[in-house]
Order: sequence, then structure tokens, then C-alpha cells
Amino acid sequence: MNYKPVIGLEVHVELKTKSKMFCGCSADYFGQKPNTHTCPVCLGLPGALPVPNKKAIDWCVMIGLALNCKIANFSKFDRKNYFYPDLAKGYQISQYDQPFCQKGSIELSSGKKIGITRVHMEEDTAKLTHQNQDSLIDFNRSGVPLVEIVTEPEFENAKEVVEYLKKLQQIVRYLGVSNADMEEGNMRLEPNISLRKEGETGLPKYKVEVKNINSFRFVEKAIEFEIKRQTEILDTGELPIQETRGWNETKNKTVSQRVKEEANDYRYFPEPDIPPVILSDSQIEKLKSQMPETPNAKSERFKKEFNLTDYDAEILTREKLMADYFEEAVIVGKKHNLNPKQIANEIINRKTNINDVLPAELIKKIVSAKQTISISDEALEKIINKVIAANTKAVEDYKKGKTNVVMFLIGQVMREAKQKLDTTVIKNILISKLK
Amino acid sequence: MNLNQLTIKEAKEGLKNKKFSSVEITKACLERIKNIEPKLNAFVTVTEREALESAKKADDLTSQGEVLEAKPLLGIPISIKDNFCTIGILTTASSKVLENFIPPYDATVVEKLKNAGAIILGKTNMDAWAHGSSTETSDFGSTKNPWNLKRLPGGSSGGAAASVASDEALLGIGSETAGSIRQPASWCGTVGLKPTYGRVSRYGVIAMASSLDSPGPITKIVEDSALLLNILAGHDQKDATTSPKKIENYTKNLDKNIKGLRIGISDDYFKGVDEDVVLKVHEALKLFGKEGAIIKNIKLFDPSSSIAVYTILQRAEVSSNLARYDGIRYGNGREYFGEEAKRRIMLGTYALSAGYYDAYYKKAQQVRTLIVKDFNEAFENVDVIIAPTSPSTALPVGSSKDNPMFGELADILVEPSSIAGLPGINITCGFSRDNLPIGMQVIGPQFAESLILNVAYKYEQQKPFYRQRANL
Repeated sequence: MNYKPVIGLEVHVELKTKSKMFCGCSADYFGQKPNTHTCPVCLGLPGALPVPNKKAIDWCVMIGLALNCKIANFSKFDRKNYFYPDLAKGYQISQYDQPFCQKGSIELSSGKKIGITRVHMEEDTAKLTHQNQDSLIDFNRSGVPLVEIVTEPEFENAKEVVEYLKKLQQIVRYLGVSNADMEEGNMRLEPNISLRKEGETGLPKYKVEVKNINSFRFVEKAIEFEIKRQTEILDTGELPIQETRGWNETKNKTVSQRVKEEANDYRYFPEPDIPPVILSDSQIEKLKSQMPETPNAKSERFKKEFNLTDYDAEILTREKLMADYFEEAVIVGKKHNLNPKQIANEIINRKTNINDVLPAELIKKIVSAKQTISISDEALEKIINKVIAANTKAVEDYKKGKTNVVMFLIGQVMREAKQKLDTTVIKNILISKLK
Repeated sequence: MNLNQLTIKEAKEGLKNKKFSSVEITKACLERIKNIEPKLNAFVTVTEREALESAKKADDLTSQGEVLEAKPLLGIPISIKDNFCTIGILTTASSKVLENFIPPYDATVVEKLKNAGAIILGKTNMDAWAHGSSTETSDFGSTKNPWNLKRLPGGSSGGAAASVASDEALLGIGSETAGSIRQPASWCGTVGLKPTYGRVSRYGVIAMASSLDSPGPITKIVEDSALLLNILAGHDQKDATTSPKKIENYTKNLDKNIKGLRIGISDDYFKGVDEDVVLKVHEALKLFGKEGAIIKNIKLFDPSSSIAVYTILQRAEVSSNLARYDGIRYGNGREYFGEEAKRRIMLGTYALSAGYYDAYYKKAQQVRTLIVKDFNEAFENVDVIIAPTSPSTALPVGSSKDNPMFGELADILVEPSSIAGLPGINITCGFSRDNLPIGMQVIGPQFAESLILNVAYKYEQQKPFYRQRANL
């Protein structure tokens, strides 16, 4: 039987605000001595009260805006009540029915749009470490701001999911609101996967959630594993159980963690310690104006403004640092009559290390390389052929594996040409001829 | 007159004129505590050594010419209800769950009192977690009423009210969710001020029902109450529900003329109320009439409708607020919760559960909005509302046993205004035939603390019942 996967995704992104979501403690917990970034509020001590972090709310709204969401003028925090040792208050402050952002989308390269159901704000829990018979709790992470981004169940395969994740990661990095570093747990992924028969349109009667995956590759593997596993079950005429599974890296498979008999009852109710958050249209507009350009918008602009190909624009906007570097080089290049396309070629083809070479240096390099190549391609090839013919020993050495004799041959070519030439160009021609 | 019997106003004057020292007043209070605590049980913890040390320091400051204006409570011995976190001092909320909890931080109210120079004598007994109106749910024994040891002091701030009424302390800091300041103040014959919700910070007060909790002072006289509000009121960065509204000078308008003041009374607030209580409140109203106030009959929602709303909202919040005492962090586990706390957790959990939320919690919130509207409309025609504080005088010890709704019935007349977040003040308006204090309450619109203090003060000037002392 042929099945079509129905996949949705929940992603938690940890914001890199200076302080935690509801207190003044430092939110930078990674690698810190346990229980050193704590206070009565994030320890949930009797009487302590949460005061929301304004920056975190602004950033959550910015993520929503970047994901084309509608921003709520009236929003509130709610208590999600459940018991777990890493939860200091016995409830997590989250958002239930009135999140900051709703109804957005991300467009994949295929043109398919993935719907964003909601983007809401909540707090991280403490961290549990199990050691022999003991469970240790580190409250440094307790109360770190988390943004949860939930999609519609609109992915059909793992590739789409990974592309979406890369885009999302790129967006939050562009906004500068999270490092989105997988290894440090800044981004946690929870796909839910089920299958329906080809041609059916309704949602399947079950859903399998895979919790807390910390790499894009594992998400891909977990989804592929689940599709196979569920197909096998469905083929026998059974229905897979509704459950939560985890990805086991060593076994390369998902394993059952918790079977959900029925929906958890979190007894949500409005958080009485925090007044509702009112965001006026002008406040939302102001946030919008403060937002850096999104990767998509930047890529479109590069194509239009600098006449770049899709490919070039995509590579140059993948990371904000690179895009900024390119734009700076374009400004310098203008003074030297270099067009953006030439600069893009140099950066992409030569794999310029943007950390080592300043944009101005790059331009200098391009300019001097341009000046040196005042020789025609045919003339250069003639000289190279001549040098190869005259240095049979060096050519033999090269073929035996002594590749550094290329430098000697380049020198010979330069001498023959009686002028400074672009060594990279010579090298490329030489190597192709020596093969 | 013993020094422990002074009002704050009198003590401040005496300290200023060097008639006596803070150490002397503090010793008088500690002496009184030592003598009557075995009978009264108003305190969970007495901090004798720390109190005397602080009193000495206060005297040193006074002798160095410390300006009393900067420290308006310098050298004044006070008691604090045991649900306010106090750094280094046991804070139990009168529950065995927290019998070993020593907070590493001070509640904002406590910080303000310390900055004002107050001497903390100890922590007062209460209904466990503030669940009740009798102190009988305390895990450390019930407090008794100083006017009659066979009677209850009311609650939940019963220890606070009893400590003031019995002259153990010059001031008792309490907290009210719905009645917990006004009702024990009434039964013990003291002045109890419940400020507008959000006027005084809740930071560091062990939460009962977060959307209602309001800390406030229990004092011997109205002027002391106003002085305390000057110290306690104001926005707190640590409590997002405190109002940014500017605070007033609450002692400034105490003696303002009340001629033309419109006082509203609602029949439903006198229904089922003890005859003695009705009589005394009516006498007080007559006096206000003589002073030039206009008494107007108004129609408010029957206060009994508030019981249902309050019970659901409060239990729901309680069930969530008590979840942190899960046995992992505070030494004692959940099995240490008393009957009343367990009942409230069960009821609140039920009311918030899927399928019941809309019928209970949501509906209660909707009715709450109507109650707020009801008061708003009433305050278009009157300036304040006066009613009995409690339907009865202090009830006999044991009354709350086997009566899970005891608190709600004892607090029926204060619950509506609490639900609406309004300020209210209890003041003694006489004594019953069996010599128990009778209290009336003055309720005002939100943030009208100055006005209700003014009304209460004017009455107290005419009828200084505070001069009568409990004999024990």
C-alpha cells in the first residue's frame, strides 16, 4: 500500500537575552557551575513572583513578524500545570489560547508554503542529570526564555523538514535573537509523524511525536525511520499507537518513551501574577522597523540590486556575516569600477575567508589581479606549453606526486612572460595540462 | 500605662522626646508576649534576641540624631504574619510542610518595614496557607481571642490581630485574600486595612490566591494605619501586578470634613447578621448622619453570589500555587498538608480540569467582571459603602471544625469587595452584650484609601473604642 506522510513540527528556540524570562539572573547558563545563576524567582521559592522580560517579548514578536505571522494586540501568559522535578513551581509559565503570534508561513525553495500555526513565549525548565541512584537538578537553565514555533502538519518528507529547519535557524540568527546552536541546546526539535493512505485528505487517527532531537540529521533519520516503521505496522492492517518516542543515536532508531492514553490535562489558566500584554499597532510597527532584513528579502534584493543569480544570492545570504561582508565589498568595489558580480565571483569561487580578509583587501586583490592579466588567453597558453616542454624533469616529478613543483613552473611562466600574472589562473591551466 | 500599650503615634512621640527608649518598649512587648503567649498563641516564632539587638541599634541611631522622618518606624516593635518571607527567620505559613523553611530573602513589605526602622518581634500565627477565618487550620495550634479566650480571633491573620489587640505588638502586618485582615481585625477590635489589589507589593508573600492577595496593616488606631500605608504602598519592580499609580500622603486628609459625603448601604449586607452587630452599625450610621454625611440606600448584588465566585477562583489558584511543595525542595512532603489545604487542592484541580474549566473557572471570571461593574455603578452614586465586617462577633473555639465553608460564611460581607479588588477598612463600632468587639467596614472605589481612612478616622474621633482594652 502507498502512504503519504503527514508531518508537523514543534521547535523550541532559546533566546539569547542577557537575563532570564521572569527574573534578573543571567540567561547564559551553558557550561556554568550548576546552581550559580539562580534567585528566589527561578528557584520558585515561596512568595517569589515572575516579572516578564520585555526584550524577550519583543524578540518573540520579531520572530513572529519574520515568519509572516499576525501579531496579537492582546495577549497573556498562562500556567501550564504539571509535575516534574525540573519544574520549580509545579507549573510552567507559557501561553495557551492567546499567543503573541499566529497564522504565519515559511516558503520552501519549491514554492510550497508551510503554515506556522503559532509562535509563543515560555520559560525553560531546570536541567536534570541522573547519576547512579541520584538525580541532580541544575536551576541555571530554569526560566531561560524559550520561543515555541509550531507548524501545521504540512510536511510530506524529511527533506522538506530539514529545509524548513535550516531556514528557521537562519532567520533567528539573522534577527540576532538566538545562537540557534544545536549542540548547546538552543534549538530543540520535535517532529510529529503519521501516515495516511494516498488520496486521503483527513488527518490520520494517530500521531507519533519524537521528542527533543538536537540535530537536523537526526530529525531526518528519525522521520525516515518512523515512516518505515509505521508503514510496516499499517501494512499488517494495524494502527500505530499514539505515543511519544525518542531518537536513540547509537541504535539509529526511535524508541517508545511514553504512551499517551489520552490528552494530558495541563489545567491551563491565566497566570494571575502577570497582567495581560497589550501591543498597539504602532508598537508592532516600531518593532517591525527595528528588525534586520530577513534572509529571503535580502536574497531578493541582492538579485535585483546587484544582478546576481539565484545561486549566488542564496550562498551570499546564507549567513548574515557573509551578506554584510559582500555588501561592504560592493561599496568599496564601486570606487574601483568593480561590479558586484565580479566581487560575488571572487568570494564564491575563491572561497574567500571573510574572517581573514577585510573587504577592502579583497577589492585590492581583485583589482591587482585584473591589472596583471593584460595578456591574452592564447598568448598565456603558448607560454605555458613552452615551459612544460622545456622542463620535462619537473613535469615528471609532478606526475610522481611532487605537486609542489607547480610553484617552480609558475615561476618559469612568469619569467617567460616577463610580467606579473595572476598565479591562480596560471596554476589552474598548468594543473589541467599536467593531468 | 505600659509601653507595650502605646499606639505607634504615641510611641513615636515618646521616642522623639526621649521619654523612653526603643529597648524599653521592645522589652515591654517581649515581657507581655512571655506572659500571655501560653494562653493566646498568637506567635509561631518570637525573635527575642534579634528584636533586642535591633532596638539597641535604633536607640543608637536616635541618640546620633537620626531624622525620624527618614525612618518613620524607627524603634517600633511589630509583628509580621508568618506568610511573609523574612530573611534568616523561620517562615511557615503555619503549615508543617514549611516547618523548617528559612527564606534567603525578604518580602518587599518586610524590606520596607526594616528600612523604616521597625523592630520585628516575631512571626504571627495564621490559618495554614491562609486557608480559613479562624486560625483553627494552623498546624501549630489555634490562636485565641484576647477578649475572650474561649473565642476565636478570626483569620487568617488571627495571630496578627490578636497580637495587636493584646498589646503584644504595636502593629501587626497581615494579608487579606478575602477577609483575612478585616474579619480578624473586627473580631479582635482593631483597625484592619485591606488596600486596593496592587497597591502593596505581594513579592515575598507566600501566595494564597494570587489575583486577590493584598498585604496590609492591623493597628490600634486609624492614624497608625494611614502611616503604615505611606510606608507600604507603591509600585514594586518585583511584582508585575502592582500599580504604577502615584501614592498619596495617606495621613494628610485624615481629618477632612465629611459633610456631604454620600454613604451607601445595601440591605443585603444586613441580612442574617447578628442583632447586636446590626444595631451598632446603624448607630454608627446615625452618627455619620449627624456629622453631615448623606446615607443612601443602594442595591448591590447579594453578597452570597460572591461566595461561589470566590470559592472557585481561590481554590483554582490555590491548587496551582501549592504545587511547588512537592516534597523535593522543602524537606517535608505532601503528606504534611492539612485537611483544609488538601480539600482546596482537590476542588481547585477539579475546577480547572478539562471539560470543567468553562463551567467553573471561566464562568466565575465572568461573574467577577459583573461584580466589578456592580460596584463601579454603585460608586457613581455614593462615595463609600458601609456595612458590617462580619455577620457575627467572635465565634466560639471549635466553630470551624467539620465546616469546610466556615471561612466563606464568616467572610461573606468582605468577599464581594475583595473580588473587585477594592480597598476596605475595619473599625470597631461598639461591643456586644457579652463584651465582644463589633466591627464595621468602610469600602471605597479602587485606590480611594485616603477617603476610607478619612471616614474611619472621623468616626474614631467621635467613638474612640480603641481605648477599651481586652482583659487577660
